Amino acid sequence: MLEVKNLHARIGDKEILKGIDLVINDGETHAIMGPNGSGKSTLSAVLVGNPLYEVTEGEAYFNGKNLLEMKPEDRAHEGLFLSFQYPVEIPGVSMTNFMKAAINEKRKYQGLEPMNAAEFLKLMREKRKVVELDSKLANRSVNEGFSGGEKKRNEIFQMAMLEPKLSILDETDSGLDVDAMRIVAEGVNKLQTPETSCIVITHYDRLLEMIKPQFVHVLYKGKIVKTGGPELAVQIQEHGYDWIKEEIGEE
Amino acid sequence: MGSEQQYIDLYKQCRTMIHEHSSDVMNSVRDEAFERFASAGFPSRKVERYKYTDIQKLFAPDYGLNLNRLNIPVDPYKAFRCDVPNLSTSLYFVVNDGFYQDEKPKGHLPEGVIIGSLKAFATTAYYNQLAGKANDATTDLNTMLAQDGLYVYVPKNVKVDRAIQVINILRSDVDLMVNRRVLIVLEAGAELKMLFCDHAADDKNFLATQVIEAYVGENASLDLYCLEETHHKNVRVSNVYIDQQRDSRVNHNVITLHNGVTRNKLDLTFSGEGAECQCYGCVIADKHQHVDNNTLITHKVPHCTSNELYKYVLDDQAIGAFAGRVLVEHGAQKTSSQMTNQNLTATKEARMFTQPMLEIYADDVKCAHGSTVGQLNDAALFYMRQRGISLEEAKVLLQNAFINEVIDMMQLEPLRDRLHYLVEKRFRGELNKCKGCQLCK
Repeated sequence: MLEVKNLHARIGDKEILKGIDLVINDGETHAIMGPNGSGKSTLSAVLVGNPLYEVTEGEAYFNGKNLLEMKPEDRAHEGLFLSFQYPVEIPGVSMTNFMKAAINEKRKYQGLEPMNAAEFLKLMREKRKVVELDSKLANRSVNEGFSGGEKKRNEIFQMAMLEPKLSILDETDSGLDVDAMRIVAEGVNKLQTPETSCIVITHYDRLLEMIKPQFVHVLYKGKIVKTGGPELAVQIQEHGYDWIKEEIGEE
Repeated sequence: MGSEQQYIDLYKQCRTMIHEHSSDVMNSVRDEAFERFASAGFPSRKVERYKYTDIQKLFAPDYGLNLNRLNIPVDPYKAFRCDVPNLSTSLYFVVNDGFYQDEKPKGHLPEGVIIGSLKAFATTAYYNQLAGKANDATTDLNTMLAQDGLYVYVPKNVKVDRAIQVINILRSDVDLMVNRRVLIVLEAGAELKMLFCDHAADDKNFLATQVIEAYVGENASLDLYCLEETHHKNVRVSNVYIDQQRDSRVNHNVITLHNGVTRNKLDLTFSGEGAECQCYGCVIADKHQHVDNNTLITHKVPHCTSNELYKYVLDDQAIGAFAGRVLVEHGAQKTSSQMTNQNLTATKEARMFTQPMLEIYADDVKCAHGSTVGQLNDAALFYMRQRGISLEEAKVLLQNAFINEVIDMMQLEPLRDRLHYLVEKRFRGELNKCKGCQLCK
């Protein structure tokens, strides 16, 4: 699915990723944890092609294709999806028009005809149920006036609509109450298939108890310094990151 | 000074001819206008209200004028099908600057309503009463040269349900200057919706001056829509004067989709208490297009409400200007006024000048103004691209969202739908020019 080799990236003059190696196979769920400022969000931004970041070294292949050479929209068409930590409000663009444009551009990329209106609305209805998204929200402008929880659910709704191969959830649990987190996690689990994979970026193991990852990576100062199973998340929750810092020879 | 001389000479030479082909009412104010024009000349850019448009330069070229009122052969019904679909309008044509007389049935107008040639119907009670006091050179020039135009009269308490659509057609085989004049009189309680669509039928240089005077009586209601879809060789200098009596309502909408150089001035005065106006402007310009909207709203009396929203989208090397002034005179208490100008510049070369002004001489009023100039939101663009929407499509969606805010304010629904459609096509680059109104087919 995804193969990242020695990835370096910076924003402005500041180098943030300092050699990331990561392999994700079909059907796997990986968690990425790490203290604030370690580069977790940067990694997700670089993978989806955010133009604010510049890749200075390394490679990334997505299903055999060179990810770093692709435009952000083409990465999406290939099946890469990012659930944003801070979903953007787009006043004046309705959710319906936004999703219609997204779906039809993907279909165009795949050489398919645009979806007809009835089919599209049916799809919207079905997928809304995945995250129990109110139909009123779907008629509003993208994220405008949504609460924090609604925004995150809306991200998973879009994921359901676009059926990506690899989804990156960037702190999708932040700002969610217990019920909302359960809805989001169940939504994500429903969308998982043996052919799809997921990267979950989080600070807490609570979400990981619900979306069970096979691998947990610790990102620190722009590098993956430790990889383990689900038990690693529990250890971090209990003991913080200091013991890992000690292990790698920091104070 | 300079470019006015040719108009001074022209008037001196052709005074008789101009008079012969017009009417007594229109002729009665001609000489005064000439005197004012000849002594003042065109304003330079040092004059505050003309800071952003070089009038001297626009009037410098030597255009032809049809002072002899030669009939220019045209069948507007064939040349133009600028129907805004689903809009059930009563359709009229003004060819260059003359009312187009034809025998086509006009649909039923309520009794007493007059829509016709200005030359035939204008009365001294109204003609040039607002424009004559405006102290504006391009208005005086229009008064001095205009020989005909459109007259609209709605009697007391008569409501004209169906919108009146007037297509202004510029049609000529040589470079041409036209001076169009419109007089609208709404008696107390009258209601009228008017839509002016400006088109250029020929690929010639046109200079069109326009003066619209509108008297809106007590409790009367006027919706005025001015839509310009001309081409890059077109210069438009429009001056609109509106006087509102007690409890009257005005909706003034000005939309520029295609043009060369456009200058739109609106002077609106509240003469009676409790009146209200909404002014909306929508501008889409690219290449070297230039659009300057200049408004002055005068609150002379208490308890009036004015609201302005102008939005521009500028691409390439386009230049936009908005200068709005709200004057709240001494004693105009309980005035409520809101002015907003928001602009999107898509390139580094596009330029926007914005100047919202409030001048308040009363102490119990609620007035606000604001303006913004910005670019498309990069975060939103990237968010959309991450969902697979191409950069081009994302831009179109965001530009549409931006401009739709003002289009959605417009009351005439079929026009609104049509504008949504035209604007989207415009953003996609599918409309490059209005040629024989192809774009409306």
